[in-house]
Amino acid sequence: MHAMTHQHSLAPSSGLESMIPVDKSVLELCRSRGISRRRFLEFCTAVTTTLALPSSYAEVIATALSQKKKPVLVWLEFQDCAGNTESMLRTSHPTVEDLVLESFSWEYHETIMAAYGKAAESALQRVVREEKGRYIVVVEGAIPTADGGVYCTIGGRTALDIAQEVCGSAAAIIAVGACAWDGGLVRSGPNPTGALGLQGAVPGLHVVNLPGCPHNSANIAAVLVHYLTFGEMPALDPLNRPLFAYGDIIHDQCERRAHYDAGRFAEEWDDEGARKGWCLYKMGCKGPEANLNCPTVQWNGGTSWPVKAGHGCIACASPRFWDTKSPFYDRLPHPAGFGVDVTVSEIGWTVVGAVAVATAAHGITSIVRDRLHSNAETTKIREKPGPTEEQ
Amino acid sequence: MTRVVIDPVTRIEGHLRIEVEVNDHKVTDAWSSGTMFRGIELVLRGRDPREAWIWAQRICGVCTTVHALASVRAVENALGVEIPENARIVRDIIAAAQNVQDHIIHFYHLHALDWVDVISALKADPAKTAQLAQSISDWPKCSAVYFKAVQNRVKTLADSRQLSLFGSGDWGHPAYRLPPEANLLAVAHYIEALELQREFIRIQAVLGGKNPHPQTYLMGGMATTMDGSEPDAVINPERITLLNELVSNAQTFVRQVYLPDVLAIAGFYPEWFQYGAGIGNYMTYGDYSGDSTKSASGFSFPRGIVLGRDLSAVLPLDPNNVTEYVTRSWYEYPDGDMGAKHPAQGVTDPKYSGPKPPYEFLKTDEKYSWLKSPRYNDKPMEVGPLARTLVAYASGNQQVKLLVDSKLAKLKLPASALFSTLGRVAARALEADIMVSRLSDWVAQLDDNISHGDVRLHNGDKWSPNSWPKSAQGFGFHEAPRGSLGHWVEIEDKKIANYQVVAPSTWNAGPRDAQAQRGPYEAALLDTPIANPERPLEVLRTVHSFDPCLACAVHVVRANGVANDKRR
Repeated sequence: MHAMTHQHSLAPSSGLESMIPVDKSVLELCRSRGISRRRFLEFCTAVTTTLALPSSYAEVIATALSQKKKPVLVWLEFQDCAGNTESMLRTSHPTVEDLVLESFSWEYHETIMAAYGKAAESALQRVVREEKGRYIVVVEGAIPTADGGVYCTIGGRTALDIAQEVCGSAAAIIAVGACAWDGGLVRSGPNPTGALGLQGAVPGLHVVNLPGCPHNSANIAAVLVHYLTFGEMPALDPLNRPLFAYGDIIHDQCERRAHYDAGRFAEEWDDEGARKGWCLYKMGCKGPEANLNCPTVQWNGGTSWPVKAGHGCIACASPRFWDTKSPFYDRLPHPAGFGVDVTVSEIGWTVVGAVAVATAAHGITSIVRDRLHSNAETTKIREKPGPTEEQ
Repeated sequence: MTRVVIDPVTRIEGHLRIEVEVNDHKVTDAWSSGTMFRGIELVLRGRDPREAWIWAQRICGVCTTVHALASVRAVENALGVEIPENARIVRDIIAAAQNVQDHIIHFYHLHALDWVDVISALKADPAKTAQLAQSISDWPKCSAVYFKAVQNRVKTLADSRQLSLFGSGDWGHPAYRLPPEANLLAVAHYIEALELQREFIRIQAVLGGKNPHPQTYLMGGMATTMDGSEPDAVINPERITLLNELVSNAQTFVRQVYLPDVLAIAGFYPEWFQYGAGIGNYMTYGDYSGDSTKSASGFSFPRGIVLGRDLSAVLPLDPNNVTEYVTRSWYEYPDGDMGAKHPAQGVTDPKYSGPKPPYEFLKTDEKYSWLKSPRYNDKPMEVGPLARTLVAYASGNQQVKLLVDSKLAKLKLPASALFSTLGRVAARALEADIMVSRLSDWVAQLDDNISHGDVRLHNGDKWSPNSWPKSAQGFGFHEAPRGSLGHWVEIEDKKIANYQVVAPSTWNAGPRDAQAQRGPYEAALLDTPIANPERPLEVLRTVHSFDPCLACAVHVVRANGVANDKRR
């Protein structure tokens, strides 16, 4: 496991100050395009909620954002379906238009960038060369390692070649979606292309994982804003997932939980229980074995999430979920809540604590970490680890 | 002679490489190559057919939901499951919302920058942009002050020298023809459309729990319970109000922004109604308001084929005539690569024989793509909004005929102008207009059914695998935003034995076949004018007009299946 090296994944906070100098601060940029301070603070408040910070941090984030210069971001796509790109395009806090045009200098992203062909390749090369150690890279999709990498080439180069070069020089790396995390669907089954997640394909990288199929844009927005604000990534769990998003079990946050506790279940699809919004445990819901914040942040601007919309959770942010959580309609064998609730420290994964302790405490960041730390101590992880991780 | 390579082709889904031969500022030959293969196929085998849609949906996250729909239809077809009327309506709403949203994103965020020079917008007089906006539409965001603010936003980006997504564009390219004022208008709407797409697709969050990859399909119906008097039912009067509001906003946007913008921009590029026709054969399975595996007669978008640009006749479509070649694809057929196979007998055996990476050029005289080459009666077919529009037009569909004729009249063009690069763009916008009005009809039907107590959404008769026959085969079709999608499934002993997909972009982006017939992209690129081979913007225009989706296109599902008589 790469767990013990987490603290190194936190980029030095000095990285941001040395970003490309821009003439105006973020807040001035907002003003120059007619965005009021109030709207800006609203956005900060929303992000604060997602990050589970005390509400007073809205002002801190606002202040930090208004002082930082625009960091460069590149988004790489390999064996993907672009579902994570599409998910990012749905972000409402900050809005997608703010995120890709103003909060960051979004310099490479094949699905939406203006440049193509040679000019696109040059744009990426320029970032690697001129922004070395200062840019953020987001990776989407698995990376094929079989047969010399011929199963995914871009500009005639293999995905592996590109990932090694671009991630190797980045200040921070975020893997979005199940495929970039642990290979996801592409890796499941017989895996004919030798697909791996980023940290499997390029060992030694310090990756922040945002699994999910796809990941929820509320979470990448929060991670990016956290990075802008504090100059480092939020605290992570043993699987390198941010605790604010992956620290709690779906079942424990679920709006249908009271029905579960009262023994009220949907017994068949479309029956009375289903119409009354009763628990979907008997219909195969994997919420008791899933860690994610879907019930609280929900999807698409807080509109809904799968269980609210009537279908069970498939635990899409769990390790190797395609192999470990299917069949999706089979009832979980051990009713959750009657099983053993294991805390992080009991399992022996002490890394979460290690992150908080090992990171130098200075200024506001220590408060944030302390809060996340205390959260982590009581985090229940009921996910079973997936099949053996890549060496 | 110059060999020009575009790789990556950006502003599409997936990994597409185009190589063209340019002679005397004209494309004289073209090769389309998909450069990514996932091989998801094998993992579907042995799975519970009831969850096939969850897996198949991950074929694509841009045209999300379309593979889920085709998949659940295929399994229901195999097991003989009828779905309740409400489930059909909910599925139609989810699919149509996908279609409209996809078309809007395609035009503004994937395609517009081929026609719109962002930097030129800095030179615009915002007052004149306001005049232009008011002359083509009633859209309220049309003041000089508003356009000035947008211009400032672009200026801030440009001044900071951090242009973000707009960096390294072809700004200043001689092929850009819009006046600065029109460019500013388009940039404003690019930004507005980012907001619109995010809001509008909340329809799929209401009815699917999330987007991308909504999660409420069930074999036999939908999981989105309906009840007028249960506040915790998924579809209740409050949610109907939200659906109506979202549809209404999108309808206004399509009619007051999208469609007028397409016509206005197209007006500056009349020659692009002559370039880019290509194959000239158009095919659609037909879809909406019907069970696509049964009679095609009830479809809002009719089934059929228009052959050789002949709008006087619509030929019937028989799915048995669909085959695929791998002659020029990185696969092998066990009995040789010169023959074609029906999807039911399809084989996907990857065998890369291209150049060793890193490489400069593909071996285009050999195998050169991860896409197969689908053919209908051995002919290449174009699929997509243009094919659907032409088939409906030639079928005499009055709504389509009226809309097409009236909008083309504004540009002083005949219907035959649709056989072109801009024809595809126009057909997509016209389809969005029709689709969004059907959406409001379907939400109204749902509302009506709730108020009459008709709330059934699932047929559980065949939910238990014990009720299934020992073996079953089926297929499911869907007219996805990019065109005709087919899934074929074979079930043995309650498990998936074989699964096969032929996706829209496989039809359009596939390579040559055994007879060396070019695929639709390749044919459409012939004779494209190229002002500067170093910046082949014009190639992008035609390729983008198809709305490529390469994750879908690369053959994802292996089937070493046997032919079966149940399929027609």
